[in-house]
Amino acid sequence: MWARILSLITKELLALLRDPRGRMVLIAPPLIQLFVFTFAATLEVRNVDIAIVNLDQGRWGRELVSRIDAAPTFDEVISLASIGEIAPAIDSRRVLAAIEIPQDFSREIEAGRPARAQIILDGRRANASQILFGYVNRIVGAVGAEARPRPLLTEGIVRHWFNPNLIYRWFMVPALVAIISMLTGIVVTTLSVARERELGTFDQLLVSPLTPLEIMIGKIAPGFLIGAAQGTLFIGLAVFVFAIPLSGSLPLLYVAMVFFLAAVLGVGLFISSISSTQQQAIIGAFAFIAPAIMLSGFGAPIENMPGWLQVFTLINPLRHFLVVVHGVFLKDMPALEILANTYPLVIIAAVTLPAAAWMFRARTQ
Amino acid sequence: MNAARPHGAFSRIAALARKESKQIWRDPSSAVIVLFLPLFLLFLFGYGISLDAASVRIGIVIEEREPDAESLANAYLTAPDFAARIYESQALAEVALQANRLRGFLVIPSDFSQRLRARGSGPAQIYIITDGSQPNTAEIVANYSQGVLGAWTTQFARDQGLSAEPALTIEPRFWFNEDLRTRYNLVPGSIALVMTIIGTLLTALVMAREWERGTLEAVFATPVTSLELLASKLIPYFLLALATMAACVLAAVFLFGVPFRGSFLAILALTAAFLAPALGQGLLISSAAKNQFVASQLALFSGFLPAMLLSGFMFEIDSMPAPIQAITTIVPARYFVSGLQTVFLAGDVWSVLLPAIAKMLGLGAVMLFFAWRLTPKRIA
Amino acid sequence: MTAPLARLMDVTKSFAGLERPALDSITATINAGRLTGIVGPDGAGKTTMIRLLTGLVQPDSGAVEVLGADAKTNPGAVQAAIGYMPQRFGLYEDLSVQENLDLYADLQGLSETERQASFDRLLDFTDLKPFRERLAGKLSGGMKQKLGLACALLRRPRLLLLDEPSVGVDPVSRRELWAMVRALVDPETAIVWSTSYLDEAERCDETLLLTHGQLLYTGPPAGLTERVRGRIFRLHPAAAEKRSVLQALESDPAIADAVLQGDSIRVMTRPDASPQTRVLQGASPAAPRFEDAFVDRLGGSHAGPSPLGEAMRTIAASDAPVIEARGLTKRFGDFVAAQDITFQVRPGEVFGLLGPNGAGKSTTFKMLCGLLTPSGGEGHVAGFDLRRAAPMARSRLGYMAQKFSLYSELSVRQNLEFFAGIYGLKGAHRRSRIDTMLDVFELGALAHRNAGTLSLGFKQRLALASALLHEPEALFLDEPTSGVDPLARREFWSHINALVKKNVAVLVTTHFMEEAEYCDRISLIYRARLVAEGSPDALKAQVRGADLPDPTMEDAFIRLIERNDAQRDAA
Repeated sequence: MWARILSLITKELLALLRDPRGRMVLIAPPLIQLFVFTFAATLEVRNVDIAIVNLDQGRWGRELVSRIDAAPTFDEVISLASIGEIAPAIDSRRVLAAIEIPQDFSREIEAGRPARAQIILDGRRANASQILFGYVNRIVGAVGAEARPRPLLTEGIVRHWFNPNLIYRWFMVPALVAIISMLTGIVVTTLSVARERELGTFDQLLVSPLTPLEIMIGKIAPGFLIGAAQGTLFIGLAVFVFAIPLSGSLPLLYVAMVFFLAAVLGVGLFISSISSTQQQAIIGAFAFIAPAIMLSGFGAPIENMPGWLQVFTLINPLRHFLVVVHGVFLKDMPALEILANTYPLVIIAAVTLPAAAWMFRARTQ
Repeated sequence: MNAARPHGAFSRIAALARKESKQIWRDPSSAVIVLFLPLFLLFLFGYGISLDAASVRIGIVIEEREPDAESLANAYLTAPDFAARIYESQALAEVALQANRLRGFLVIPSDFSQRLRARGSGPAQIYIITDGSQPNTAEIVANYSQGVLGAWTTQFARDQGLSAEPALTIEPRFWFNEDLRTRYNLVPGSIALVMTIIGTLLTALVMAREWERGTLEAVFATPVTSLELLASKLIPYFLLALATMAACVLAAVFLFGVPFRGSFLAILALTAAFLAPALGQGLLISSAAKNQFVASQLALFSGFLPAMLLSGFMFEIDSMPAPIQAITTIVPARYFVSGLQTVFLAGDVWSVLLPAIAKMLGLGAVMLFFAWRLTPKRIA
Repeated sequence: MTAPLARLMDVTKSFAGLERPALDSITATINAGRLTGIVGPDGAGKTTMIRLLTGLVQPDSGAVEVLGADAKTNPGAVQAAIGYMPQRFGLYEDLSVQENLDLYADLQGLSETERQASFDRLLDFTDLKPFRERLAGKLSGGMKQKLGLACALLRRPRLLLLDEPSVGVDPVSRRELWAMVRALVDPETAIVWSTSYLDEAERCDETLLLTHGQLLYTGPPAGLTERVRGRIFRLHPAAAEKRSVLQALESDPAIADAVLQGDSIRVMTRPDASPQTRVLQGASPAAPRFEDAFVDRLGGSHAGPSPLGEAMRTIAASDAPVIEARGLTKRFGDFVAAQDITFQVRPGEVFGLLGPNGAGKSTTFKMLCGLLTPSGGEGHVAGFDLRRAAPMARSRLGYMAQKFSLYSELSVRQNLEFFAGIYGLKGAHRRSRIDTMLDVFELGALAHRNAGTLSLGFKQRLALASALLHEPEALFLDEPTSGVDPLARREFWSHINALVKKNVAVLVTTHFMEEAEYCDRISLIYRARLVAEGSPDALKAQVRGADLPDPTMEDAFIRLIERNDAQRDAA
């Protein structure tokens, strides 16, 4: 039995890797995705333009303007003459925000009364606006401390553990290890059966002594091997090219990866079994991949979702594996915690694989 | 000759377009792509991506049982954005942070109330520990925690009769989205993404399907020109995509409660302009790749991913490295995203919409031109 | 004198990745009032020639002139004036018959009045009137071809180009299609019909015989058959000896060609051989056919006895059937695809399943090799029940699909390695079997080539080699030689002959009459039932009569089916 399965696996791998175009499809897009994702994806706000209307003739207005001018966040600081000019500048997306310093700004400060400036932000870019407001607020706070030094009663000292400088790449690259190995595994598996069906070679397999179970193993193994190989390549790139710390246990990461790929490929084979053409397989794969990524905690934290949707994410293998990948890379996650996040993967695999086997058998009889 | 008569061209385009519409109507898979898939995706984006943090799980470790510390802890426990709970020891909180059960925790040290009351020994410090492995959430935890601390301190100072007002403050006003609901800008952005998938993927697949099934050869051997053929593909899918767009807009307004401040005319113009490059890209792909598998890969790779990453939908274009910013200028979804966000939230700001429309039409013209040049009436 | 409607002048066309040109300096004319056949095996260049005439493909050199226009500089004018039916006619399967006609009428620019007349004429002509509202995808193969023809005929073109219209069409529909096209020939019109069926060449007025991009012959078919007149004989050996006699003939230097034809052997002598040669004792002369002449023109068959016999074990002769169908029935919902089919194939026997498309022969075939589970009845291979011991049964059978299911990205050797592996061959035995197969089928030099780049003939060899690695007792063949040239077909069947002598049981499904002639026994399956069974000669005898003194296999097929229809109507 194993000799037959081995022949099948060898054949699948050769069929994928002998064709130069096939090799390209497996290697080039994932690498491009890794680099573009990593460099395009940043939640910092830099190089944005901001407008200032300074109606104050006094010292503090000028001081605030010069501090904003000096801040590295802004690309261009545009000085507007009147409040009326703010609306067109924001509406047309010329600037992300406009600061309005009132006439009595310095006077109020000198008089010991609280002075108020106003900042208008473009709510169409809510996230960037919010972050930008944080920057501006810090500058304003610093100017205020200089204007009227006063004893600080409390102070919150922030420590970001596991990623002290909040480098976004440290989050992104490990997540891509999981996502891209999933993508490759799914695409390889879903298309392999549909392609053989379309070319007519599937019948040839079915009339051989191979049992459906053996064919199934032979069809899952290549996706598994290639997914794991890609995962390994990306782990290597993460550590050696992107210099991301790998603090936890690599063997345990692989244990989790085995069950993750098993769970995902079960889904892939299921889709493959029910589709008779490659087009259906592609749409099926997409219908799994899109929600799997969106509901994994990758795009936004799961706790931001409505409660019922949070429950639904429990059946998403990527959700559990992302916790492990980030945990092992950055957080030196203890073994017990890794296993606690791996057992849902075991359960999901224990459902998807038999379901795929059942469907595969039903569709080949 | 017949081929040169213009009204002949119109009747041929009409015939092919009629054929295409009948096929769409009869093939259940196009209904899936046109109606089910967009709403499904919009739904996922609407609910799946929300950056509005609510009930962030944090822990509180209090190292002294003084009223001030209890009072501060209570401020965190009752803060609306946090789901906070008390941890007996820092060690326990650390484990919970490592195990992803917490997004951060606060430590109120044993000398907190003493330093708070005894002036001159410097500010009373608390420690805000976040899970940096999720940088976005970490930032939110830090900001919110500082906010709660600031508010509590102001109240404390007032109670103590101290002047607590800072010398100057800056008051934010978020135009177009006063309560800063990220859903308001993510939903219009998602619509751009969905329309990219529909426009590009569907046209790429239908042309590839004709190549695969061999139906183009018989059509090629009639007086039809390749321009007529492309036009006949564009018209039905253009109308179809408008219908999809209408469904998306209705869902955005009535399901997700996104305000719609622009005019019908503006969104129609914007969508029509966007469909030129989107459909053109699909046709271009299918003229280069004559099988459905390659066409779908190319459509996802050249359509979907750039629309998601490089359109300003998820990540600020201004913050990207210059070479990547340069690439974004040829991503039609970039202009569609900013246009849609404007029409939905700000209204008909033609100073945004007109340049966006012009750039999309320009890109569309280029793509359609190449699609036309690359779809010769030749088999080989 | 007929006027040329189209001319190819010294035309050469190559495609990237192919070793030789698809067409190599071809000069030919297509005349009005004639039905011109472009005849040749798959890959000969037929489709390229037709596409050149449509202006859809441009020649590398030379000129193509169609209806006075240059197809290179003015393809639009050509396309406006011709009717063209590509190989897989581009019917839109999700449009109805009428909607397909409407679409092409619009594309051809027919006016409203022309259109109604055209539709009436063509729907009558093709008998499609009752099916106007039916979706094209739901038509049978024959009806699809008729609809395709109707779409190509909308404007009464002066030049009608039909690319392999009879592929995938059963003999009954094929006859109807021929009759329809024949009726279209008039002094103003030229029709071009391309085909790989050599018997169709004889029905053409003119033939262009192509192989490997070369034009072998132009002129009326009789002109070619004339060259072998007097050299064709029929031998009638005892039924048990016919394969041994055939092998002896294949190695006889005086014999240019020998093929089985039911119980007799059709023989062609070499032109220089004396007609009194000893082997021809008891032979009766026979009328030459186009195929004989084609084989002769190619220098005669070189098949010779196959070395495959030495590479296969001898299976013990026995009366126990190797392949057995007992009351096999298959239902898909309400639809009965096969009903109560029973037959047996013994060791050393070639058994054919014949029938029109959709009659149930493929369903039966698939049930017997384990691709479909029967709804009722039993199938056995080598004594194993396909339902209870499927893997055991499957390890005893070899299977060769119509489209030679090879992995085109894998090399020849890798394909063999793969099939050896899944049939459980190991170690030295595996290596020796693979080397033997590479030798027997002369694939050694190509062992490292990708299977996808092989020519059709070599693909066929590789597919057969793959099916025989594990020395099966039963061999299943699905239209094994459709479209290959006559020499390759002879070579293939000489291999099968060698297997049969080693007592392998062979089950063939086909609607290709030449293949049917190679069978020892045939079952005719029609409307899900087995309607006739017997040797090819016995089936022919059943339809012999005053009007048909010497029926061909195709005649027998058609008559038996008509007879069944008549009985059905009477009942």
